[in-house]
Amino acid sequence: MGVGVAARRPPRARLSVPLALVVQQSVQPDTGGTSLQPYSDVFASESFREALGTTVWLAVGATVGCLVLGFALALVIAFVPFPGGKAVAKFIDVFLSFPSFLITLALLFIYGTKGMANGMWTGATGAGGDGPFQFLTTPWGVLLAEITYFTPFVMRPLLAAFSQIDTAQLEVASSLGARPLRVVRKVILPEALPALAAGGSLVLVMCLNEFGIVLFTGAKDVTTLPMLVYSKAMLESDYPAACVVAVVNIAISVGLYGLYRVVSRRAGA
Amino acid sequence: MSSGIRFDSVSVAYGKNVVLDGLDLTVEPGEVMALLGPSGSGKTTALRAVAGFVRPASGRVFIGDRDVTSLPPHRRGIGMVVQQYALFPHMRVEENVAFGLKAQKVARAEIPGRVADALSMTGMAAYAKRFPRELSGGQQQRVAIARALAIRPGVLLLDEPLSALDAQLRSGMLAELARLHRELPDVSILYVTHDQVEALTLADRIAVMDRARLQDCGTPQELYRRPRNEFTASFVGNANLLPVSVGVGSVSLGGAEVKVDTGEVAAGVSATLCVRPHLVGLGPGPNALAGTVTEVQWRGATHRLYVDVDGQSVKADLRELRKPPSLGEEVTVHFAPEDAVLLSAGVTHD
Repeated sequence: MGVGVAARRPPRARLSVPLALVVQQSVQPDTGGTSLQPYSDVFASESFREALGTTVWLAVGATVGCLVLGFALALVIAFVPFPGGKAVAKFIDVFLSFPSFLITLALLFIYGTKGMANGMWTGATGAGGDGPFQFLTTPWGVLLAEITYFTPFVMRPLLAAFSQIDTAQLEVASSLGARPLRVVRKVILPEALPALAAGGSLVLVMCLNEFGIVLFTGAKDVTTLPMLVYSKAMLESDYPAACVVAVVNIAISVGLYGLYRVVSRRAGA
Repeated sequence: MSSGIRFDSVSVAYGKNVVLDGLDLTVEPGEVMALLGPSGSGKTTALRAVAGFVRPASGRVFIGDRDVTSLPPHRRGIGMVVQQYALFPHMRVEENVAFGLKAQKVARAEIPGRVADALSMTGMAAYAKRFPRELSGGQQQRVAIARALAIRPGVLLLDEPLSALDAQLRSGMLAELARLHRELPDVSILYVTHDQVEALTLADRIAVMDRARLQDCGTPQELYRRPRNEFTASFVGNANLLPVSVGVGSVSLGGAEVKVDTGEVAAGVSATLCVRPHLVGLGPGPNALAGTVTEVQWRGATHRLYVDVDGQSVKADLRELRKPPSLGEEVTVHFAPEDAVLLSAGVTHD
């Protein structure tokens, strides 16, 4: 966890010390000496490969979900005048400051095993036992929580990009005979692509590193790389293995962060 | 496709703020109608009501015989050109021009030819592969015009199309627009501008707007020579507007009696005399007025004199004078009776 947080902070000094320690530890097996044995052990293990797969598909899935949902919501906020639209745009900024577990907790209160939705169901039907909403502890629950939490991170650059679009372009497009969907597809979307790429890669990186949401949904079977680091280090006391997983996680995140910086600089965000 | 525009008592309001008040106006098929007025006069609102971007609070808008008041913009078949061009920045010039054709589902095979036609008509054929950011302002506006013409609209809306260009480019584009209209005699053009020169040069008729209302409408010559009210007189061309009192068969300006056609202005009321500065002469002549020079401006081809006549400032534009009068000098100015128009105070066109 500590490693994940440090990786998100750019100042080099703060980043490099724990990073160096993690890398150093990852090549020092418990048997002593320096070797790449921990790497081959970890790479060969089923749990690592499963965690890597889960992490990647969850992150990619959440990113795609955030992009679709964020684009649709930002479109409405930017181009469909409705009362309170400005307040909603402000709220998105506030939302960005919330910790991720808060959203997960809120979802637990609503859809959790003992949550409101299940409570209402059992109350209404009089049926005993648990209600029908049990998806929160599945990968889909984690996906839902991640999309809910990270969508504003996509909306923020999108709203900035939309505010740059000259509304006269949209008007001229419709006067030339384009229906609203065509205007979105042919005029707004291409101009928003850099912002989508920037927001999307940011969310991808953050999802890869996400720990709080996975932990708080209580999805025991959903093991992502950060969860694997946690269980290796804290539960199995296998520090070299934990460090190997951490190094892989860092490598993926830093690589993607670099990509994000390149893309966002080109987008001017 | 030939189709005029008709406003039938069109009013537009934002909350309690009325921005267009009962506009009745007809643009004939093939006619260029300029909507001329200062900012906030309602002229752009009128154009936007035709395009479908504002919904009238009351009244109907017709394009040809079709009532388009409740049609969405994409079903109105209108070409539109705006001040800042509004080209799609991620599309090349040819894609910009093809946009409307694709949106209107024109047969794929037909599109390249129509794009080429529209671009050659505006002299932009050589720039088809460029992006808008690689073009100058004038070139971008030509592309915007080509894009609007490619769909062969019956109605072309031009919203201050030359305002973003510098003066020299503007007069070139003005000639260009006049030529395009000669080539497309069936297209009705609604041309919104605050620039009287553009309106006088290009329009078949000018609708003068002020404070959300139509003030006057007529050919440029009518409005210039026989304005019906002070607003038109001062907004269409420059004017001396001098308060006079009208007696039976006589009109007096300060202490002096002047000869003008009193027309429909009744005796015994106060009125305003309108004389164009370039029709005021220096020296003795008909309707001579004595006054003091308060300001002399050299404008290259002309001298503009400001002469104080009984407390009224009279402007005179004279062909460059060899010996311009000096400040404070007593001079006589004059104007021909047929060059003056008497406006009764408070008469507005309704």
